[in-house]
This record gives sequence, C-alpha cells and structure tokens, in this order.
Amino acid sequence: MGLLSDPNRRKALTGLLTRLNTPICIVCYLAGIVWFMGLAFEPFTLRTYMSENAMGSTMVEERFSSGERALSLAKEFDAHKRKAGGMPVEWLVKAMQSRGLEVFTQSFSRKLPFPDENKERYMVRGTNVYGILRAPRAPRTEALVITAPCSPGNTNNQAVALLLALAQYFRNQIYWAKDIIFLVNEHDLIGTQAWLEGYHHTNITGMEYSPLQGRAGSIQAALSLELSSDVITSLDLVLEGLNGQLPNLDLANLFYAFCQKLGVLCTIQGKLQRNDWDTAEGYTHAAQTMMLMVLKQACGRSWGDHGLFLRYHIEAASVRGINSFRHYKTDATTIGRLLEGMVRKLNNLLERLHQSYFFYLLPSLSRFVSIGYYMPAFGLLAVILLLRVSFPGLCHCFSVSLQPSSPGVLTVLTPVVISHLTGVALYLLPVHLQEMAVEHFPVSETEAVVLTAIAIYTAGLALPHNTQRLLSGEGTEQGWKVLKLTALLYLAVLLGCTALINFSLGFILAVTLVPITASITPHMPKALYAVVMVLLSPAFTILYCVFIYQELIEAPVSVSEGWMLFLSVISQGILDHALYGSLVYPLLALFIYPCWLMFWNILFWN
Amino acid sequence: MAAHRCGLSLVCILIFSSLAHPSSCDTLEKANDNTAEKRSISEVNTDGSVAGEALNERQWQSTDAEVDRSDSTTHSEALTPAAARDEFQEELVIRPLHSGDIYASFQFRTLWDTDFLQEGQKVSHYRLFPKSLGQVLSKFSVRELHISFTQGFWRTMQWGQPFIPSPPGAELWVWFHDTVSDVDGNWKELTNVLSGIFCASLNFIDLTNTVQPSASFKPLGLGNATDHRFLRYATLPREIVCTENLTPWKKLLPCGSKAGLAVLMKSEKLFHSSFHSQAVHIRPICQDEQCSSKAWELRQTLNVVFDLHTSGQGKKEWSLFKMFSRTLTEACPLASSSKVYVDITDNPEGELFELSPATPLLGQAVVLGDRRTYSVYDLSRAETFGQLRSFNLLLRWKGDSGDMLRPLLHAERYVAGFGLQTGEIHTVIYNNHPYRAFPVLLMDSVPWYLQLYIHTLTVTSKSRDNKPSYIHYQPAKDRHRPHLLEMLIQLPPHSMTEVTVQFERALLKWTEYTPDPNHDLTSIVPVKEESSYFVRVYTEPLLVNLPTPDFSMPYNVICLTCTVVAVGYGSFYNLLTRTFQVDEPSPPLSKRLANLIRRMRGVPLLT
Repeated sequence: MGLLSDPNRRKALTGLLTRLNTPICIVCYLAGIVWFMGLAFEPFTLRTYMSENAMGSTMVEERFSSGERALSLAKEFDAHKRKAGGMPVEWLVKAMQSRGLEVFTQSFSRKLPFPDENKERYMVRGTNVYGILRAPRAPRTEALVITAPCSPGNTNNQAVALLLALAQYFRNQIYWAKDIIFLVNEHDLIGTQAWLEGYHHTNITGMEYSPLQGRAGSIQAALSLELSSDVITSLDLVLEGLNGQLPNLDLANLFYAFCQKLGVLCTIQGKLQRNDWDTAEGYTHAAQTMMLMVLKQACGRSWGDHGLFLRYHIEAASVRGINSFRHYKTDATTIGRLLEGMVRKLNNLLERLHQSYFFYLLPSLSRFVSIGYYMPAFGLLAVILLLRVSFPGLCHCFSVSLQPSSPGVLTVLTPVVISHLTGVALYLLPVHLQEMAVEHFPVSETEAVVLTAIAIYTAGLALPHNTQRLLSGEGTEQGWKVLKLTALLYLAVLLGCTALINFSLGFILAVTLVPITASITPHMPKALYAVVMVLLSPAFTILYCVFIYQELIEAPVSVSEGWMLFLSVISQGILDHALYGSLVYPLLALFIYPCWLMFWNILFWN
Repeated sequence: MAAHRCGLSLVCILIFSSLAHPSSCDTLEKANDNTAEKRSISEVNTDGSVAGEALNERQWQSTDAEVDRSDSTTHSEALTPAAARDEFQEELVIRPLHSGDIYASFQFRTLWDTDFLQEGQKVSHYRLFPKSLGQVLSKFSVRELHISFTQGFWRTMQWGQPFIPSPPGAELWVWFHDTVSDVDGNWKELTNVLSGIFCASLNFIDLTNTVQPSASFKPLGLGNATDHRFLRYATLPREIVCTENLTPWKKLLPCGSKAGLAVLMKSEKLFHSSFHSQAVHIRPICQDEQCSSKAWELRQTLNVVFDLHTSGQGKKEWSLFKMFSRTLTEACPLASSSKVYVDITDNPEGELFELSPATPLLGQAVVLGDRRTYSVYDLSRAETFGQLRSFNLLLRWKGDSGDMLRPLLHAERYVAGFGLQTGEIHTVIYNNHPYRAFPVLLMDSVPWYLQLYIHTLTVTSKSRDNKPSYIHYQPAKDRHRPHLLEMLIQLPPHSMTEVTVQFERALLKWTEYTPDPNHDLTSIVPVKEESSYFVRVYTEPLLVNLPTPDFSMPYNVICLTCTVVAVGYGSFYNLLTRTFQVDEPSPPLSKRLANLIRRMRGVPLLT
C-alpha cells in the first residue's frame, strides 16, 4: 500500500504500466497459454480421490453372474427389434414385467426445425419404456436411473440386454434404499429429453409427449450404458454434458475405483492412461486427452444420454464399451459387476453427490485439474483486456465523451446497436427463412439453414462501410477510442461470464479474440489486418476446432472434408439449441459475434 | 381387480342380505375402520349348514357390544373374572396378493370396561390393558389416540387397498377431551411421553408440523364432538421404523411375544419385507347395547408385505415358517379368541394357490365394499395344531402373478420443475370407476419453508376446471406453523383429476438446516379421503431440494476470501482514486512569533 499511497511512486507505476503496456500484454498472453498447457503436466495436477464418505469406505461385494444370459437376451432383443422395425415396445414391457418391475411407457413426438442430415430424421415419433424397481420399505422419495438407448441397426443391443439382466438380478436383492428406474429410450437424446421433461413435468423445448404414469421421487444419479459388442477391450467414461456441464467428480472417481478393482481397462476420451509422465510422449498424451475434453466441453452439446440429466441437478455419466482389436478383453459379467458395484455405492448415498468438484478438467482418469488451477490461465488472458482499457488516451477520453451533449455517445451507440441487430438476424433468420431459401435455391433445408447463417455472417462484415458513415458522418479520433473502450469492457465481461460457466468455451474464445481485439486501431494497414481479423473471427475458431478435434481423435481430414464437417457442426449447433436448449449458438450469435463486429468497425473507422 | 371396480354397488346389497339372515355366529371386527367401512366375518361350516349369527350393524358401538357379549359368553368365561370385564382377542389375516406377494395383517384387540375420565374415578388396577398407555390416557385427557409407524409405501397399483392405510414414517393424531384448556401444551407433553413409550422421535413433533384439520379426521369412537380445536394431527415422514420401535410395541401385548400369534414377530423377518407398518389405535366404545357406560378399546395392528422375489428364491411358496421363521403352537392363554384367516376370495376353486392344511371353516366379510371369503383357523381348538402340535400354514402358488391392478381410487404426487427457486406440486387422483363419481376430501399439509402461491391452485379433471365445493386453507407462518389445505372435490367417473399449486423455496437460516442438508429436506404427506365409504389414501411424501449453501471447507474459504477481497479492494480502490496533496496549514500567529524569536536566538524551531 505504501507503494500506492506515495504519489511519486504511484506516478512511476502508472508510467511503467503505460510505457510497457504492450510488452506486459504479450507476456500475459504467452503466460496464459503456457499455464494452460502446463495443466496437463502430471506434477502440476492432483490425484483424484473419493470425497463422499458414503461411497468411500464401504467396499461392496459384486455377485452379478448372468452375463451369458444377458448376451443371449441381446440376440433375442435384436430379433424382436428387427421384427418390429424399431423399438420392440411390447417385448420390452413383457420382459420388464416378468422381472418384477412396474413398467410404464411414454410416447413422444417432435418435429425438428429442419431435417437432421447426420441422423436422417425430421419427424420423430417414438416410445420410451421404463420399469421401476421399488425398493423395499422405502417411501418412494429417491431414485437412481440406469438408461440404455435403443439405437437403430445392430448397435446397443448388449446394453439393453445387460440392463434387463441387471434388473432381474437387482430385483432379487433386499438392500435397496432407493428405487431404481430402468429406462430404454428411443431416438437417443430426443427420447431422453422427452422422458426427463415428462418426469419433471416441464416443457422447455416444445416436445409433445404423453404424461408419465409412474414416478419414484427425486432422482439422485443416473448412468447411461452403451454397449455394442459381446466383449469389450475397454470402458470409456463420458462426462461432458449440455452447455459444458459436468457431473460431480465423485462419479468419475467411483467409475475409476471399480475399474481398478475389477481389472477393467478404462479410458477417458477414448485414451488409455500412461504412466510415463516424464517423457515427451507421456506429456503429449495427457495434453491431447485434456485438449479433447476442452474441445468437447466447449461445444456445449451433450455427448451422451447422460448430458441432459445434468440440467435437472442429477449427476450422470455415460459408460461406453469400446471394442478394438487389442488382445485384452472383458466379458459382460464383469461389466455387469462393475455397474452393480457402482449402483450399490450410489444406493448408499445419504445425500446428493456434492462433496467433490463440479468444475474440473481431466488429463487422465486418475488426475484432475481443479477450477483453482485452470482459472489463472484464463485470468491471464482476460487481464490483457483490462490492461488495454488503461491504454494511454482511452481512459481519458471516456470521461469526456460521456457528457450527453458530446457526439461520442451517438457514435458509439450506432455501431453497437447495428452489430447487435446483425446478431439477432444471425440468430433468427436461418431457421425462419429456410423455406424461402429452399424455394429460390437448389439446396436442401439443412444446407439452406447453414448457408443462410454463413451468408448473414459474411454480410455483417460489410456493415461498417455502409451504415456507419450514413448515420453518424465521419468518425472522429475520439469516437473510435470510446468504441474500443466499450467493446473491450464488453468482451471482458462476456468472456468472464462464459468462462465461469463453461471454462473451455471461454478460454478458446479468449485465445482467438484477445490478441486482435487488444491491438486493433484504425491506423493499421487495413487489408492485412482485415484478413487477420477474419481469420481470428468466431466462425474460423469453430473451423480450427473441427480440424484440431479430428487431429486429436486420430482421424485427420482433408480441407474439403473439414469444410463439410464444419457445415454439419453449425447445423448441429442450431439443432442442439432447438432440441435440447443448448446455449452455445445463441451465445455466439447474439453476443460474441456482435462484439467482434464492434472491433471490425474500429478497423474501418474513417 | 374386477371385484375392486364393481365393489361399490355390492356394498349395500351385502349389508341388507346379511341382515335378512338372523343366524348366530361370532363377529369379527377388523381394523379397516374409518367410521363406515367395516368388515365382519361370519363363519360357515363347509357342510353348508349355517351356524352362528351374522351381525352387521351400521354403527360401531353396537357391533362392538355384540362382540363383547358373544365372545365373553362363548370362549373366555374361564379366563375372565367377572369383576373386571377385560378382554383380549388376537387374529392374523393373510391375503395372497395379486402380484404374488403376501400380505400378513395382525390385529390384537384389548377391551377395558372402565371409564376413568369420569369424575372421582381413580384407576390403579390394570389387568390386560397396558398400564403405560392407560396412565397416558388419563393424564392427558385423551379421548382418542391413533399412532402408526410405517416403513415403506403401500403400492396400491400392485396390492390393492390395505386394511389400514398409513403414511410412510410416523403419523399421530389425537382427539382431546373438550375439558382440556391447554390443548397445545397437552399435545407437546403427550408427544414427548409417547416418544419415550415407543422409542421413536415423536418429540420432533412441534407446532411447525402440527395441523388441526377441520374436516379430514373425525373421531372414530364414541362421541360426536367435532370441534377441531381438540384435534391435533402430525406426521414425521423422515422417521425410520425398526426393531427398537417393535419391541416396546410388543410389550404392550398381554402375552408379550411369549405365546399366541405374537411369537411370529421376529424382527429379522418382519423387516425383511417390502412393507412394514405397526399401529396403535385407542378409542372409547360402548360397553353394552344401551351404551350406558364407556369402555376403552386398544387395537394394536401390524401389517407386513413379504416380497415374492427377494424371499422366494424362485419357489412360489409361502408358509408361516418361511415368512416368520416360526410356527404356531398355541393361542395366547389370555385371549378370548385367537384366529388365523386366509383370504381365498380370488381362489374359490383352488386354481390360484393351494392351502394346506385345509380347513373346514369358511368366513365371509365385507371389506371396503368388497365381499371376501376367508378360510378360518381357530387356534383355540386343539385340532388346528394337528398331531405335530404345531401349526404351519402352507400356501403354494399355481397361477402366474398378474399384471398391475387398476384400483378404484389411487393417487400420486410429485414435484414438477427444476432449479432451486420455484416448483409446482402436482397431486394426481385417479377415479377408475366406470360410472360413479366420488366426492373426495383432500388434505395437504405443507411445511412453511415451501411458500405456496395459493392463487395458482388449480383443480382440473378431464381437462376442465373442477371447482372444489369446500376449501379450507390456513396459510403458514414462518417457523411457526405449516400450510394446511383441505378441499372437497368431486371426482368425475373414469377420470384423472390433477391438483397443482406452485411454490417458492425459502432460504433457511444456516442453523435451520438438517445435518444432511443435501439430502433434500422437505417431506409432505397429504391425506385423501373418499367419503362414501371412507377409504383413506395416502400419497408418497415428497423430497424437495432446498437451496443449500456449501457447508464445507471451500465454503469457509470463499467467505474468508470474499471478506479479504472486500477489505483489500476497498482500500486499494480508495488509494487509486484519491489524489494526494501535501497540505501545510499555516501555523498560528503565536507560534510564528515564537519561531521568529527562536531563529534569532539560534535554537531549533518549534514544529
């Protein structure tokens, strides 16, 4: 404090900050990136540990033994699925009833805003079947959910069969304290969404569904099961949910503990754990795993059926069986035992899962980075924006321009409003104009939506030339400074809020947006900087993410394939928003893109 | 299931027809009474000749009086001294359920011909009636007392209607005498005493969970006082019932668990079940037909449902030994009647299950508007025990366990919505009767920390607004009393009626949270009554997640950090925005003069 209370030293400090503003910003940026990359380095991370007492000390004994029966059930289920040409509802109802469950069905239908070309669906109609195992002497106040999607084709038969086998085994046990709901949902996420909305009697996405007849109180945890082969080499745990929400870390710890106990290979992001952290390969591996998690979390979609549960404060994860051509195999009985152990531990819970972390990154299953460790990386990037606010001249002109009589307010307000109107257009028009687009151009509905979005995005770039001067005349020197000040503060607030909710999204946006926004002025070579700005715009960020993701999952794509993927990512983003309420598309369209347009305006100020 | 659906039309017919046969028999009262519902079993010999007398009056009092008379004359003359006309009856009703599970319902009934509430009558001698309860009755001027401890939820969809409904956890309702001046004080003391007697946490009953329903609970015994100022009702849905509650309950029996039906009550078996409920009901009844003096009736009931899947090990077979790990060898010597009934209504030809040993005695009764047939085993007869001197009833299933029932009336309840701010309580009541409408009295007691928006209360049936004909609503007071809502609703035939009300979750003070705050806090049990023959239906309690602060180390860290940041930021901001100037005030004239002189003298100046 002495440093600041002394006027001379204070002056020196501000002087230093002003003089070295640019070098400090560069150092901060580099430090942020390095910090982030360092998170994957094992000595800097923490070991995972079970925080919840109710699940920790009491190891349960697993006795599930009907894996073989599950496999034969899978064949039977497959046959009935083929015969019914979809979900064999009647067979499932009978199968669950004969295992002593209370069985209910729910039918739902949903018309997508435009056809989904990845999954080839438009008008979706389906039925969910669920059976409730009533816990003896329990008052129907708490429940656990095990769900298996009934997918078309050959996939996931084993998951449904294992679910039924587990139901039969669980029904004969006396120790349940919570009801267990076995849910087989059709049309993957849409079915889950319909069931969850029905269970909680809400309607947030315009789904049509029949009301549920049977309930079992508040759901404490959920596990989603995806298995498509009789034997598997490893089990993959999927955690990333809608809007980048993650379940409590204890759920991952539980899965890891049982994998260790039963000797099952477990992976996260499809990557096995390595022990050689001190070699370059070991570090790269961990960094890749963490990067994959960051990319998946940033895109804000639900990466499995579990993702939709998180909105309802239900801790959930997907367990996915992977069968590669490795030698080491695990059979269905062991997977059943693993699930039995997990469910029994969850059954022991006295409270909701709340002891462990909700915000974390996982460079491997046994190591985690908590929010306290990764936030500085973002903080170092965000501080650049604040440092630039105090850039010579900017602060000074702010106070001057805020007098209502000065022209500053109008010159700032015009670009802000116009940018946001463009954002609103980008958000609304693609879906609403698809019919018109299909009439006039030889494209399908999905293409129409995506291409309209790109067209509006590109059209926004032309704004400064036309509207700006028309409305407020020649831009003044002071005008752009005020605009830049506003835009910098706006971006800082936006990124800060985003990073609090979804760190990955906030960080990726900060990495691409911060350098250009911090350095932009109208006095730079326009052509060069325009190209740089476009290359660092939100749309290109998505494009880079697509390529990096493909690279990381070891399925690199060519440029044209990448472009097609990019188009499908955009259509999926819009669909996710309409179907499940994902917020990434509105965030980008309504806030990030307009904010970026404001900086674009500065570049073309006069 | 079919019987349930057409049950109502049968009620009246049955009552009249049985009245038309004035033949002798002993009558059995079962616990399923809410004023009008009643059951009497008339024993019929298998050879067809009607023996005994069917008594089926509409009034409780007279029925009881009849029981007193007939029983005391037939069986227990040797045991009952003429002076104190105490009496004890025990019975066990076994009903094989539709789902393959089995329902065992014990009832022990003690009658005590005394009226200690009258002036100047001090009672110090107790014979069969437990002294602990007798003293409680006289001390607190209790007119009627009903207490139940239940572990589990009755599954109406699978099991049909229970004999005595009870909500999960503990339930207590008491009518006090109208001479009591401080009802709340008596109630508080009574709950504490009962909590000691039954080893239960009834002392958690206080004003915040006690209500005075205006219409839902009528006295079941003598007397027609319905001033609800003397009624108190409370439930504790979180109460967990276990062995420590069973032991004191068993001690109230005259024979304890030494002889009679009570030997079957081994706690490790009773709690290895799907449903367990034990209750004590005390009420005044008439001593004789003229009702000139009062008697006390104590009914202790215990209901258990055994699960086919968990205890069957694949074999669909039940026996007393398998259910209770005991067989019966004798009746309680103090009992005037001791019987085992098996419900064989759905099994007239023996196609569903097979009973062994077979019995020559059959009984009939009307239960909840449903005519039931029972096989009767009289434990007071030696031949029941056979040559092995032990009675082990065996029941072998033949048929398949059926699918779900469609009970005439059932209800469910859930919380809609997500997030921690608001929510909506939905109560759905189904009337599956094809052509009859039922009036239903719905009672709902909601804790104060759910702030109900009563203007959002809607009642809809068949997607139309259903206006309740009577509404009694008492709003909650924070930390003092809960919400109470009572409504009389007409349920249209074959319909689903939905009652919804929105609420907001209150923020509690940090000391008000339970030790497990993340275990959602609230539980609510509404009671529902159907008034034509009074079926009481309880819905499930609700768990509502309240906004909970993180009571952990990070929480403390956050609090501390916030404080430090606030203090630090405050001073930092202060320093950054303030400009410092050296301000040298001019010294006063005297000082200046003094300094002038000092300078001339060459001494240091004053500061």
